Amino acid sequence: MIFKEILVRYGELSTKGRNKKDFISRLRDNVRYSFNDIAPLKIRAERDRMFIEVENKEKFDVLMDRLPHVFGIQSISPVASCEKDLDVMKALAFEILEDYREKGDLTFKVEVHRTDKTFPLNTHELQREMGATILPNFPNFKVQVKNPDFALRIEVREDAIYMMAQVIQGAGGMPIGSNGRSLLMLSGGIDSPVAGYLMMKRGVRLDAIHFFSPPYTSDNALQKVKELANELTKFGANIRLHVIPFTELQVAVKDAVPDNMSMTSTRRMMMKVADKVREDIGALGIVTGESLGQVASQTLESLTAINDVTNTPILRPLISADKNDIIKIAKDIGTYETSIQPFEDCCTIFTPSSPKTKPKLEKVQRFESFTEFDELIDRAVKNREVYQFPQKEVKEDKFADLL
Amino acid sequence: MIYLDNSATTKPHKDVLATFMLVNEQYYANPASIHRAGVESNALLTKAREQLANILHTDEKNILFTSGGTESNNAALFGLAKSSKFRGKHIITTEIEHPSILEAVKRLEEEGYEIDYLKVNKYGVISLEELQQKLRKDTIIVSIMHVNNEIGAVQPIKEAAQIIHRTCQAMFHVDAIQSFGKLPVIFDGDNGPDVISISGHKIQGLKGSGLLAFRKKPQLKAFIVGGGQEFGLRSGTVAVPQAVSLAKAARLAVEGMPGNVENFKKWSAELHHFFEQFGQEVYVLSPKDGAPHILSFSVRGLKGEILINALQKRDIIVSTSSACSSKQTKTSHVVEALNIDSRYKNGVLRLSLGAINTDEDIASFKKQFTIVMKELKGDITQ
Repeated sequence: MIFKEILVRYGELSTKGRNKKDFISRLRDNVRYSFNDIAPLKIRAERDRMFIEVENKEKFDVLMDRLPHVFGIQSISPVASCEKDLDVMKALAFEILEDYREKGDLTFKVEVHRTDKTFPLNTHELQREMGATILPNFPNFKVQVKNPDFALRIEVREDAIYMMAQVIQGAGGMPIGSNGRSLLMLSGGIDSPVAGYLMMKRGVRLDAIHFFSPPYTSDNALQKVKELANELTKFGANIRLHVIPFTELQVAVKDAVPDNMSMTSTRRMMMKVADKVREDIGALGIVTGESLGQVASQTLESLTAINDVTNTPILRPLISADKNDIIKIAKDIGTYETSIQPFEDCCTIFTPSSPKTKPKLEKVQRFESFTEFDELIDRAVKNREVYQFPQKEVKEDKFADLL
Repeated sequence: MIYLDNSATTKPHKDVLATFMLVNEQYYANPASIHRAGVESNALLTKAREQLANILHTDEKNILFTSGGTESNNAALFGLAKSSKFRGKHIITTEIEHPSILEAVKRLEEEGYEIDYLKVNKYGVISLEELQQKLRKDTIIVSIMHVNNEIGAVQPIKEAAQIIHRTCQAMFHVDAIQSFGKLPVIFDGDNGPDVISISGHKIQGLKGSGLLAFRKKPQLKAFIVGGGQEFGLRSGTVAVPQAVSLAKAARLAVEGMPGNVENFKKWSAELHHFFEQFGQEVYVLSPKDGAPHILSFSVRGLKGEILINALQKRDIIVSTSSACSSKQTKTSHVVEALNIDSRYKNGVLRLSLGAINTDEDIASFKKQFTIVMKELKGDITQ
């Protein structure tokens, strides 16, 4: 069977007017970006769907493999094509429907769209003709015009006949970039990559920030975060990772603030640093993986004390999620295995034995006031290292000879 | 020495040995350790896993390293039987499987599973009709070897897979230990197996290395438990050098396959033709369209051992039908299943070809065999 093109249906059909135009052109650019390693795509975008031309089997396979992961797509359908000859059309229909033979009882209908009005059969005749040929050959099909399980769609166009039946779910959401840029606080745990993924799904372009405290945290921990950032780029956008040298600040907090409040204060410093980086890169929000009540720093009281340092919107997509649901998403998007590697990160090294779950803001502020933190914060922001993902494949493969 | 017993085991490839040594010298850390050396070993292990997954067309998470073919076969049967017993207790296999399958199903039978054995025709091939008849809604495993180790019969794996997947939910396990590197072995979506066993030492790798590969995420109950290595499915410190050398051996086997198979086919045809000269005296058990690297034959009324010793004196190494059972005196279950003329039953010998053989090896064998036959003629007890 020759597939001529792939039909892409848009998600978020509620967007209208000029936003819709933006949505479509953004999606088209993102689709192009996701496939910039194969020959340039021929894309024809219409008001509520787009068609991507397919020249060969290899290209078709790559497209079918990756399109379901591009945000902003509701579903895709491979479209086959044949000449305008009734016998050939029937043969093609049989070929397309063969996959549904083993799937138990199904309700179905034939949908016909004619743009070529010179075709000898009109819509109803063609529907009847095709239905009468198909039904006796597929005993498990039953016709149902309203809400059938699936439809065989036949389009009679000027150049040829186009047919499709299979509908593959897309990732949904909105095209990345249609909702601006935010900065993701990426710790290396299970939650933060999931938070990043959910924001990307809503069309947000991300930079990520990570706090690195050598020698307390190892290169392994940093490597892990780089991997996570790289894994998030699978969803169709590049990500910059800002690595903040955090040791100096962390030690200063430890000296200035009593043990049971140091955690709150450390978080406040992180937030201040993140906000400065956000401003620097022109992002609008800060994304965290916080989930209410999960740990001491994620109670409402703690969030209040931490949030006090900025009035930038803090986006917390996981705030109401249960840990198990977060883990499930992490497994689905493939970050879980990386996240659970057991390396210390900056959040775990100076953890006091009983951090306050209800820190008093005034107290924290008072303790912080005896130290010049701003200077340390500026230094940390200035000395950050920035990495680009996806990385150009320059990693020499030192194992190549062994394998 | 002319070595014609490559199905019993192969001589490790020198590059595989070099890899094994290097990995032991440089990446000896435990891949589960979190220090840098451990992380390095683990990265290398992951690379090896990826390479094998690519060769077999599956995901790296679906590759389990084992200690070899027997463990892979055991793990597949015990593991799948335990994890699917809520769906049924019916298992189908064939009469001519390797003992690592047959003994495992015997044990499962003692535990209350029901086993059906498929018969084979005189060429050692199962009947797809019989498979279709024996499949039931509660069949949980079908285990069929790809190439038989004693006679080289090739089973119709693709067709069997289609029948199985069309009829029931059973997992289809294929023992590809003798076929990998000689015939294409890959997962093929719904058209192929669900689980494949491969052994390192049959493909110029090392003894003690093997794998069990799955088409989808493995759902089996571990039968070696402990530290939870290999995704919790096969505990024990992962033998990184074995795993890496297996990945290397597999790559070399697949890359060398076209050239090797061409040689095997040429030699096999030559040997078939050669044995025809002996008329009724020699009976060839291996089908002409079987696997190209295994050729079993029998000399009428002669014990196999006598012939092996006579050839060995002339520096030619062959074996009775299966190395695992060559120390046993009773006829092998595979030969029994073929239902051949009883005068040929006791003398079945196996020539198995490998990448190390040459045209000269085959010529020498023919020459020496002819001499030995002349010498032994007097001893043959009709």
